[in-house]
Amino acid sequence: MLRNTRRETLVALVLIAPFLAIYGLTFVYPTVAMVNLSFTDAPLIGPGEWVGFDNYTRLTGERRFDTAFWNTAYFVALSVIPGTFVAMVIALGVSRLTGRMQALVLALFFLPYILPVSVVYRLWDWTLNFQFGIAMYVFDLWGIERVPIFKTTTWFMPAVAFVTIWWTCGFSILLFLAGLRSIPAEIYEAASLDNTGRWTMFRRITWPLLWPVTALVTTIQLILQLKIFDQVYLFSTGGRPNDNLVLVYYIFQRAFVNNQGGRAAAIAVVLFLIVVIVSVLNFQLMRLAERRK
Amino acid sequence: MTASSARQINLIGGIITLLTLIIAILWAFPIYWGIVSSLKPENEVVRPYIELWPDTLTFEHYIFALTETQIGRWYINSIATAVGATILTISTSMLVGYALSQLRFPLRRPLYWLILASFMVPTQTLIINHFVLVANMGLLNTWAGIILPQLINPVVIIVYKQFFDQVPRDFREAAVMDNAGEFRILFKVYMPMNWGVTTALAIVTFIWSWNSFLWPFLAVTKTEMMTITVGITQVSDAFGVYYASQLAAAVLAGLPVALAYLLFQRRVTQAITLSAGIKG
Repeated sequence: MLRNTRRETLVALVLIAPFLAIYGLTFVYPTVAMVNLSFTDAPLIGPGEWVGFDNYTRLTGERRFDTAFWNTAYFVALSVIPGTFVAMVIALGVSRLTGRMQALVLALFFLPYILPVSVVYRLWDWTLNFQFGIAMYVFDLWGIERVPIFKTTTWFMPAVAFVTIWWTCGFSILLFLAGLRSIPAEIYEAASLDNTGRWTMFRRITWPLLWPVTALVTTIQLILQLKIFDQVYLFSTGGRPNDNLVLVYYIFQRAFVNNQGGRAAAIAVVLFLIVVIVSVLNFQLMRLAERRK
Repeated sequence: MTASSARQINLIGGIITLLTLIIAILWAFPIYWGIVSSLKPENEVVRPYIELWPDTLTFEHYIFALTETQIGRWYINSIATAVGATILTISTSMLVGYALSQLRFPLRRPLYWLILASFMVPTQTLIINHFVLVANMGLLNTWAGIILPQLINPVVIIVYKQFFDQVPRDFREAAVMDNAGEFRILFKVYMPMNWGVTTALAIVTFIWSWNSFLWPFLAVTKTEMMTITVGITQVSDAFGVYYASQLAAAVLAGLPVALAYLLFQRRVTQAITLSAGIKG
């Protein structure tokens, strides 16, 4: 039996070796190096002097950091809860359909999620184009004044949040549909025998039973949107990137535009901590919910 | 329930269904609009009214993109890096998932915790050190450099582990008794049980990799080494401010993943729900 365990350990080692090599190189090492770098005044590439917490203290009250921080928070507020709500409403509509019709309608909602961000950018940059965008003709029709949406600070974040909801909603819709399918039909049948109204059924049955999925979708969205960069970067081209900064964008600017690796790493560590704290809280909440079942 | 109230409920149901259909069509409209615009001549695209179908249908923008720009080269880069990332991710993750699920070895728990931890770490914050690492390895502007950081994909490992968990451990022990080699057991016994999951995971890993933007955007500075998702937004002088040409390039960039989804719809949705931790 002893030989057997030794053999098992050996096999396991061989199986996990490629994974360990890859994760050591691309995950553990860069994480340690990032923390290390954040305490130096190093450029992007090359050595630097140890400066202690300087890079962190300099972030307090810094204009660009404030912009990036609050824009990220603003974007999260504009996209997470509204996105979850839209996905739930759509999923409720789609779940009423059956067979091929359902597959077709679901595909229409899901297709954007499959597209690369640069395609999403091109489609909406065209749809919302100030001069020729089809949305602007609709604006004209309704007597709304045209706005160069991605060039104004007022409209930039709401518009990017809108496009992001359009882009990522398909994923949340799928999760809601899976949640809706897991609600036993008998509950609804029993309720309809009691002549329960549509709205009461939703409030008393669907909403509470869908709650775990709602929590899951919201936290996945929250963690995802904290890390926003791609859309903001793309829609900012030719606009006002400094007003539209978000945290990842600011990391990119400091590191790759200003060539300040150390200062960029400090911002990265801050975002890193925010995301990890949110994830850990989320994980603990899920565990609590599991235990209560 | 009286007949009139039943009819009323059916009417409301019908309205909801109709609304869902209308919203679905509006939802997909920008995609349709982008495709239609790319099939119009430039002067038709900028006409000040809405035409849902081109007057003169033309493929000139596609021919231009495919022959006059580097898009062919970008396609090759995207295919090579996405296929490479998929093969490496799937194979290494499957091995780890199998080891975690079916084998007993020291430090198994810490390994599992490492994988769970990597779930929480935002790779976007590691871009600086990924760049330094890849630069020091001399891999900037190479396929390997584009692929490397994309290999952090713990979801795939967890899904594999959960699938192998459903197989009783006796299964493996019986095979060991029969003197079957460990790798034979994995490839002849366990793998065939999971072909469905493997295809599903491979398709979404390919889509994720094809769509990745931030890292390929940083790792490549030479236009001929760009992936298509980066290339179509970075090399604007190749297309100018010709909207139809830009849209044609975008359609070409989205086409492979859209096709992959439409062909394997079931598998894609299965993999996505699995990756979110819901048994689909």
